[in-house]
Amino acid sequence: MKIDCTINGSPTVLDVSPMRRLIDLLREEMKLTGTKEGCGEGECGACTVLIDGEAVNSCLVIASQIQGRQVVTIEGLTPRSGLTPLQESFVRKGGLQCGICTPGMIVAARALLDKNLEPDALEIRTAIAGNLCRCTGYHRIVDSILEAAELERSRLSLVDTAPPDL
Amino acid sequence: MSIGVNVPRKDGQSKVNGQAAYVDDLSFDGMLYGVTLRSQIPHGKIRAIQFDPKFDWSSVVVVDHSDIPGQNIVTLIQRDQPFLAAQLIRHVNEPILLIAATSRKKAMEARTRIEIIVDELPSVTNLEKAATGVRLYGEDNLFKEIHIEKGDLPRGFAEADYIVERTYKTGLQEQMYIEPQGVIAVPGKDRISIYGSLQCPHYVVKALLPLLSFSHPDQVQVIQMVTGGGFGGKEEYPNLLAGHAALLAMKSECPVKMVYDRAEDILATTKRHPSIIRHKTGLKSDGTLTALAIEIDFDGGAYATLSEVVLSRGCIHAAGPYRCENIDIVGRAWATNNPPNGAFRGFGAPQTCFALERQIDLVAKTLGIDPLEVRRRNAMEPGDSTATGQVLTESVATHKCLEQAVKASDYIRKRSEYSKLLPKARIRRGIGLSLFFHGSGFTGDGENRIRGRAGLQVTPDGFIEILTSSTDIGQGTETIFAQMVAEELGIPVDLCRNAGVDTNRVPDSGPTVASRTCMIVGDLVRSAAAQLREDLIKWLAELENCNAEQITLVGGCFLLSGQRVASFQDLAKRACSEGGPASASKTYVQPEGLEWDEKTYQGQAYPVFSWGCDVAEVEIDLDTYEISVTRFTAAQDVGKAIHPVMVMGQIEGGSLQAIGYATMEEVLQKNGWIENHRMTNCLIPTALDAPAFETHIIEEPFSGGPFGAKGVGELPTDGGAPAVAAAIDHATGQRFDEIPVTPEKIELALNP
Amino acid sequence: MTTEVEFCAPKNLAEALEFLALNRDKKTWILAGGTDIMPAINSRQISPLAVLDIWGLRELRILEQHQRHLTLGPLTTFSEMMQDPRIGQTVPLLREAAQSVGAVQIQNRGTLGGNIANASPAGDVLPVLAVHNAVLELRSAKGSRNVEFNAFYSGYKQSVLKPDELIYRIHVPIQWPQQIPYWRKLGTRQAQAISKVAIAAIAEVRGGILQDIRIGLGAVAPTVVRAKKTEDTLRGRRLDNRLIQAAGEIIQSDICPIDDIRSTARFRRRTTTNILRRFLSDLKLAHRGM
Repeated sequence: MKIDCTINGSPTVLDVSPMRRLIDLLREEMKLTGTKEGCGEGECGACTVLIDGEAVNSCLVIASQIQGRQVVTIEGLTPRSGLTPLQESFVRKGGLQCGICTPGMIVAARALLDKNLEPDALEIRTAIAGNLCRCTGYHRIVDSILEAAELERSRLSLVDTAPPDL
Repeated sequence: MSIGVNVPRKDGQSKVNGQAAYVDDLSFDGMLYGVTLRSQIPHGKIRAIQFDPKFDWSSVVVVDHSDIPGQNIVTLIQRDQPFLAAQLIRHVNEPILLIAATSRKKAMEARTRIEIIVDELPSVTNLEKAATGVRLYGEDNLFKEIHIEKGDLPRGFAEADYIVERTYKTGLQEQMYIEPQGVIAVPGKDRISIYGSLQCPHYVVKALLPLLSFSHPDQVQVIQMVTGGGFGGKEEYPNLLAGHAALLAMKSECPVKMVYDRAEDILATTKRHPSIIRHKTGLKSDGTLTALAIEIDFDGGAYATLSEVVLSRGCIHAAGPYRCENIDIVGRAWATNNPPNGAFRGFGAPQTCFALERQIDLVAKTLGIDPLEVRRRNAMEPGDSTATGQVLTESVATHKCLEQAVKASDYIRKRSEYSKLLPKARIRRGIGLSLFFHGSGFTGDGENRIRGRAGLQVTPDGFIEILTSSTDIGQGTETIFAQMVAEELGIPVDLCRNAGVDTNRVPDSGPTVASRTCMIVGDLVRSAAAQLREDLIKWLAELENCNAEQITLVGGCFLLSGQRVASFQDLAKRACSEGGPASASKTYVQPEGLEWDEKTYQGQAYPVFSWGCDVAEVEIDLDTYEISVTRFTAAQDVGKAIHPVMVMGQIEGGSLQAIGYATMEEVLQKNGWIENHRMTNCLIPTALDAPAFETHIIEEPFSGGPFGAKGVGELPTDGGAPAVAAAIDHATGQRFDEIPVTPEKIELALNP
Repeated sequence: MTTEVEFCAPKNLAEALEFLALNRDKKTWILAGGTDIMPAINSRQISPLAVLDIWGLRELRILEQHQRHLTLGPLTTFSEMMQDPRIGQTVPLLREAAQSVGAVQIQNRGTLGGNIANASPAGDVLPVLAVHNAVLELRSAKGSRNVEFNAFYSGYKQSVLKPDELIYRIHVPIQWPQQIPYWRKLGTRQAQAISKVAIAAIAEVRGGILQDIRIGLGAVAPTVVRAKKTEDTLRGRRLDNRLIQAAGEIIQSDICPIDDIRSTARFRRRTTTNILRRFLSDLKLAHRGM
């Protein structure tokens, strides 16, 4: 089956079995191995990607379901050089340890911040409740996302108040 | 200054951008996928194996025990566990056959076409019947029995005003690292390379040499991939899995990847030992402990694995951080027909700590005083001795931890306030605490037997490469080693990097277990750096024709009588290209005066202990019996926090594992079968279940540790469960002596 | 060797119904958001011979607000139930139940139709549909028929849906201002948990009298059930402590929970009673003097 979709901003045509799982398609066909498999049943969230801006478990989505959709993975959320403030906050605040849940966690956090740039701790915990972490106890992940939200807000307000380009 | 500073993690960038390569991210040309065919009965004999004649068996590679070129024994402590069952099956999901094919799907399809015909034998899957059931191991089904005696127990009980007795139980616990177990084996001529998610690369080397009938350690190369959590679960189990992949790779002459799916990981790999622990305690009316009698039974499962050392650590920690002159501890690890249990962060101590702390609360109740008061009266101080007769000389932080946690949590006020809450309130609140310790490093003279090594290598571009086999499994080894080297040399952390863990290249630093990496291997790394500095200074003195004493290394520069002569990096480059001192290595040397008797369990069990106090607060809904751990305050002493953010991460993560252990983590085992083998039913806490943590690092330095540092890895898993159970007691007015304390158990207790 | 799966991602509803008719003897698995079926496929619990992927069908993704009821397409996701103000205002219990499903990733994919078709007694929104007396519009190539939600299930994981039918519309009578909603789910943890017990209820109190009450229960019987005996006992009676006490006892005869991997029959019985009593007590408190 031919699938037309956009992956990390690039229009992509794939010729795959329609029942192929999105996670396999990303990891095996596209070599985007930042998306991880921890359970294969939508419990751990390590395979979280964005489809049309919404966080989903890529182990529960099949190829035919991304026809015409925008898929974004951790690779798509990473700038060409360096890191985003969200990624930097995870490093700085201790939001990661073994790292296996981290890409999915950052994708879930991105989905939250895209909708709500002023989340409180409970909103953050709710937004990442589908991403299991066994290392950190979550405390520092919540801190990382809180800090990232603050950084992004201040960056936005800088943009808002900046004089127009001449 | 690099110590005590939150430098960026070495692995931070690659882990947040998805580039970090875990084993499943790696592929080789022509790679096959391996799967395992496992037993479906707890005990029995294999009568026949039938292969469906309609299946094209030439399209897959099948390995059984007869394909093993060397010994069919997983080399660890005892020589009882086969890589593949030959005739006897001793537990459900024991590996029997291995199949490799060009796709995982195909290998799994082949697996369904094989039938194992068995004659079932009577089995023992209940710890309480381990002594009386079928003979499984040795004369008495005991993998190990340990006896620790101190003082005169009968006299201790004779002196007591009260004697309290109680039995405690703890359940199986699954490590539930988010990355399942996995390895890739790549065959070569008379050699094999293993890429894996693992904690102890040299264990794998030692296990594969006799399996493959290799004689030289270099024939087995083990490379650790970025590892998605271990918690002990990837200590010894990878030996078995790497052996399986290696057997398939040798027979097929192709690289073979074996990555477990979640169900297989839960069903087949080792877990925390379930325990039954009986306490009998003598006490005086002023709260003094006069006698502690403790009897510990662990379910080891079908094979010995690490059970005897898990039991050993459990026993040594069983009497806790309390002063008592008369102690008797008996521990037994039993053989059963359950899947083997093994290493899990805490290593026997979480079980015995749970029992002891609950018993100490019972002591308080008996005396009618607050649990805090009993601990204040009995907590060890310098000069006191442990159950093994080890006299504590330095770095004792019991009272510091206790008082800090009590103050920070507002324990005293809350304890009395919650007690006064209307008994009719639907939402009850409770607060409880625990005091605990954990020995850093291997037990007794274990470090001397291992003789860990670590090295440094100057690279041509003037960087320092750190060579150890200590694996970073998320805890931050790479970063803290770099900090230690940077500190010792007075250079930026950025100039120090890890060589990666490849057994063909790095020395054997010993396994990444036992809260030993920072303290033991870290000190080897630090002293190698000190050696390198000294050698470079001597060399520079020769070059400059001066006295070595005139040269100092300050702020990344060598100074001769206070004048800058070279930057560290420039001299390092020169040393590398001109044959100067470009490397240093250190081997563990046992400190003088360490005495330990493995037979009597007397002496210095550990070089030093880390200490901790946890305070847990809970809310319990008396309509639904739901338990919510609302706040968790930890004050834990690590000697010196090399990287405070990572230390707090260890404390919080370990504490949440302990909170899960106390409340929701339950592996349901019936007749040797694990019934909840999926992440949907074998649960760990989510972000909404985790409390807000308040974490206090206590620093009571240890003169034998690098910069005063002790171990932190396991300590946090010891105290959480009893603190939570104590808080549940407080909230409900009932006693809970068995974990996990589920809503179902609370309901039963409240409505007898 | 493995047989090829008959797969169809139809362009429109007619094509979907045609596929169902053609493959009616194969037991087609209708795939929507995949949150139930994909875990079952991934763990090899099921190996479907035919799969109909309806995720892309716009015709099944509608929401219409009528005067007395709300009409939802089966592909309405839990996230939409949580976020769409038309649902929140008219059937607030749907929003609450949807909030207790899994976590964000599952809420973004799991659907109303899927929750119904999966037929689990623990399906989160099902007690809500039960108390709202929802009507399901089933459609096949041959035509449509309406089935009361409360008559949809015929046993554990069994329904009256025929192999060539799909759930086309869910009609949910809206909640009136005087009706008071109640929702409570017990799971083993605070997110990503399957219900041990779930209760949805709506009640109407006037002058201290329970004019009407409807109670839907999840995970305490082979199917989602209405607590008919309890409702009959309560309806038209003065809401006092004696009645609340009695209701807690009578509800025991409305349920038949079992021991399973998640909980025990005993616990389910006790908490069902406790939760009902809590709801009624809160109701009484809120209507004191009214």
